[in-house]
Amino acid sequence: MPTVTLRSPLKQRAGRDSVEVAGATLSDVVEGLERVAPALRGWVTDEQGRIRRHVNVFINGEPAEPGDAVGPSDRVDIIHAITGGER
Amino acid sequence: MTELLVGTRKGLIVLEGEAGGEMKPVARAFPGDEVHFALRDPRSGRYFASVSSGYYGPHVHVADDPSGEWTDTGLAFPDDTGATLEKVWVIETGEEDGTLYAGVAPGALFKSTDGGDSWELVRSLWDHPTRPHWQPGGGGLCLHSICTWPGEPDRLALAVSAAGVWLTDDGAATWRHGNKGIVPGYMPEEAREDTIQLCIHNMQRAPLEPETIYMQFHGGVYRSDDAGESWSDIGIASGLPVEFGFPIAIDPSDPDRAFIVPLTADLDRVTHEGQVCVYETRDRGASWKAHAEGLPQENAYLTVLRQAFTYDRNDPLGLYFGATSGDVFTSGDGGRTWAQSATFLPPVSSVRAFTG
Repeated sequence: MPTVTLRSPLKQRAGRDSVEVAGATLSDVVEGLERVAPALRGWVTDEQGRIRRHVNVFINGEPAEPGDAVGPSDRVDIIHAITGGER
Repeated sequence: MTELLVGTRKGLIVLEGEAGGEMKPVARAFPGDEVHFALRDPRSGRYFASVSSGYYGPHVHVADDPSGEWTDTGLAFPDDTGATLEKVWVIETGEEDGTLYAGVAPGALFKSTDGGDSWELVRSLWDHPTRPHWQPGGGGLCLHSICTWPGEPDRLALAVSAAGVWLTDDGAATWRHGNKGIVPGYMPEEAREDTIQLCIHNMQRAPLEPETIYMQFHGGVYRSDDAGESWSDIGIASGLPVEFGFPIAIDPSDPDRAFIVPLTADLDRVTHEGQVCVYETRDRGASWKAHAEGLPQENAYLTVLRQAFTYDRNDPLGLYFGATSGDVFTSGDGGRTWAQSATFLPPVSSVRAFTG
């Protein structure tokens, strides 16, 4: 099952720094993450299920898009982007 | 003793002290995140904060203690609206126990009936047939002012920038405009009468005389004597130096009394001529008096945002405002004299006072 790694503040909200989440595509995995860790609902994606603009997601270190395939032993990193933050 | 909740660009800062004196930070929550607005519900004692992470979106949080653990209430648009929450501009208590309202961008109202633990979109306003014509102001399409009617939970007056005043008398079953008499100088003369593109900046109802509402508009200050149906200009013709500004504060014990902080113009949103002044009316806007004692009077170009001026219910009246300079000024004598109560804060977005 793919492993999703989390950084602050998501890891504090989820209570752990990695979560195993089933899914064949990145969007499946992100959707599943919110089921497995409900405290993250609305934090990685908006109400329409889109990954938030200033959140980057990687599969095995490579930038990824929602439709990208995710393998059972893949690592999915969710990291806040340098384009975000408050001035 | 006043507990002042200061929403800033880098978190919520709780100040304690006496109005008119020094106020010390006693707690800081949401470090690094912008806190647009914070409120303490006097009925439950619980704290609410509208917080936008620069990465993870806007959320409304609740806590029993601002130094303790906060819980995300999950305020969000329903899936079928196709909308996403941009920012929560204001949270106000309703007239019924456990009821609160939240005004958000994009121009929507949410209601809670369980003390703020969960929120529902008020569909009647979201689905209003005029919505396709609503235009945003410079701060986005924001529902920023929610005026309840003491003792009458079904009556509300709302202000949306820039979609004007909205009124309901039937618990949000239906809504109507309350825009008569407001003059949008930023529109061509031919278009002014019928437009709903009205950039209300802030609106406050006098609780002892609910038909009286004061408004700071994009270009002017107004008063309504008929609960928001129509408005009279109480701005420059009554002695104000300029028309622009963001917040308006009232004296909850005197419906004839209101306060504003004039800013030069939309093209220069700073305190006029480098002088920080709070203007007071005691006669419903027939005349205004400037108060400057204790406020900087030279080379002070401050911006006071629409949620960053508030009042308490003490006698004498306490007044509080914060600026994007990071300064907080307070008065313990109804605005006659002022003190720089806190400084070196991040840019201030909102202030709300709780005196127990």
